Amino acid sequence: MRVAVLDLGLGNILSIRRGVERAGAEVIVAQGDQEAEGADAVVIPGVGAFRDGIRALLGKFGRTVDRIRRGEIPALGVCLGMQLLFTKSFEGGDHLGLNLISGEVVRLPPTVKVPHMGWNSIRVVKHGVLTSGVSDGEYFYFVHSYYCIPEEIEVTVAETEYGVPIPAIIEKGAVFGTQFHPEKSGEAGRIVLKSFLEGAKR
Amino acid sequence: MTLTKRIIPCLDVDRGRVVKGIRFVNLRDAGDPVEQALEYERQGADEIVFLDITASSDNRETVIDMVRKTAYELSIPFTVGGGIRSYADARRVLMAGADKVSLNTAAVQNPRLITEGAEIFGSQCIVVAIDAKRTGERSWEVYTHGGRRGTSMDAVEWAMKAEEMGAGEILLTSMDFDGSKDGYDLELTRLVSEGVNIPVIASGGAGNPAHIYNALTVGKADAALAASIFHYAEYTVGEVKRYLMERGVPVRVVRHPNQGDKERPA
Repeated sequence: MRVAVLDLGLGNILSIRRGVERAGAEVIVAQGDQEAEGADAVVIPGVGAFRDGIRALLGKFGRTVDRIRRGEIPALGVCLGMQLLFTKSFEGGDHLGLNLISGEVVRLPPTVKVPHMGWNSIRVVKHGVLTSGVSDGEYFYFVHSYYCIPEEIEVTVAETEYGVPIPAIIEKGAVFGTQFHPEKSGEAGRIVLKSFLEGAKR
Repeated sequence: MTLTKRIIPCLDVDRGRVVKGIRFVNLRDAGDPVEQALEYERQGADEIVFLDITASSDNRETVIDMVRKTAYELSIPFTVGGGIRSYADARRVLMAGADKVSLNTAAVQNPRLITEGAEIFGSQCIVVAIDAKRTGERSWEVYTHGGRRGTSMDAVEWAMKAEEMGAGEILLTSMDFDGSKDGYDLELTRLVSEGVNIPVIASGGAGNPAHIYNALTVGKADAALAASIFHYAEYTVGEVKRYLMERGVPVRVVRHPNQGDKERPA
């Protein structure tokens, strides 16, 4: 199993690379479409701002994005990577995303400390690929100031709560996302990444 | 579902070795910061802070090497502080795999560094560490250079300014209580915690689980950092968490003991 981690050039992706390796895959850190071509699945990592992220993704990985869009290759977006899958974000202005999932990315409410930083538990709301190995109440490491509001509620397979309900895991066809960082979530995170790899094999 | 309070063991590192590292039964090398960090991860630590206390500045490579090895092995977040004087220093540590850098003296001398770091890496990567010493009733002065130099800046005001500049978190150390094992400075912790809208890590003074409980409840801190009580194996992280949980403080309980792989980068 080969996984391409798309390097958006926005910071360190060593952790996500190691996380995917620990889950049992061979990782290619892809700088462009060509390197991502031979992979069985892709991971869109979760560092940086939305605007820079979407620019880098469309600029460097246009063909890979098209393949994801056509459902030809399974994709996992982590944190910002998950937010990029949505229609639109309000982080630092209005920016269009990939629109693979209909919905918006908005700032956390002023009633809570921002960023939402630390370990929070999830509630599994429906059976999903990524939730197959984790139980209700499992803890994951979150670091984010914006969160996703999907239009179709059925894409949310697990949620957490921080001032508002927050989708923690989303799934739609071969498109997956986690708002938390599985690569920083100890053993529980490793299990989620492993479930993604197993789901991607099918 | 609640965001849990974090327990953060701190490792003091001098020239790449843990200062006064003690021998846990399952560690091959008690002085190895990576091994110590992994032991804390197994105990259920939520994050790790490495504080580089090396006096000379010619050990940059040693630190970067430690960060790289830690990032390779650890599967929880970690912060590196001490000796980060410039944007270039911060960048190297972050690119080597640290999740956050903690800025202390450099942030006071050049607050733009906070903004610059936050704009490029995101606020969540930039921790501002404040060493505060009480100067009177409800007033604390910020100290720099490892607590050797006063700044005449007020600690609570500096915390608020740091947030404004883009800090994602405050690591607040009471110099009066640090090393005392008499508990955290609850008044200081509470004032800073209420004064900012970013997470605050209480530091300095932990001698037992009750002190940590107080910092997280009375002090309203989001996380508690401790060194010696974990370091000398007086309590494990798991024991502290059990104590907190029994008293209704939300903490993460580790259900899967980490079996992590043991291979090392060549």
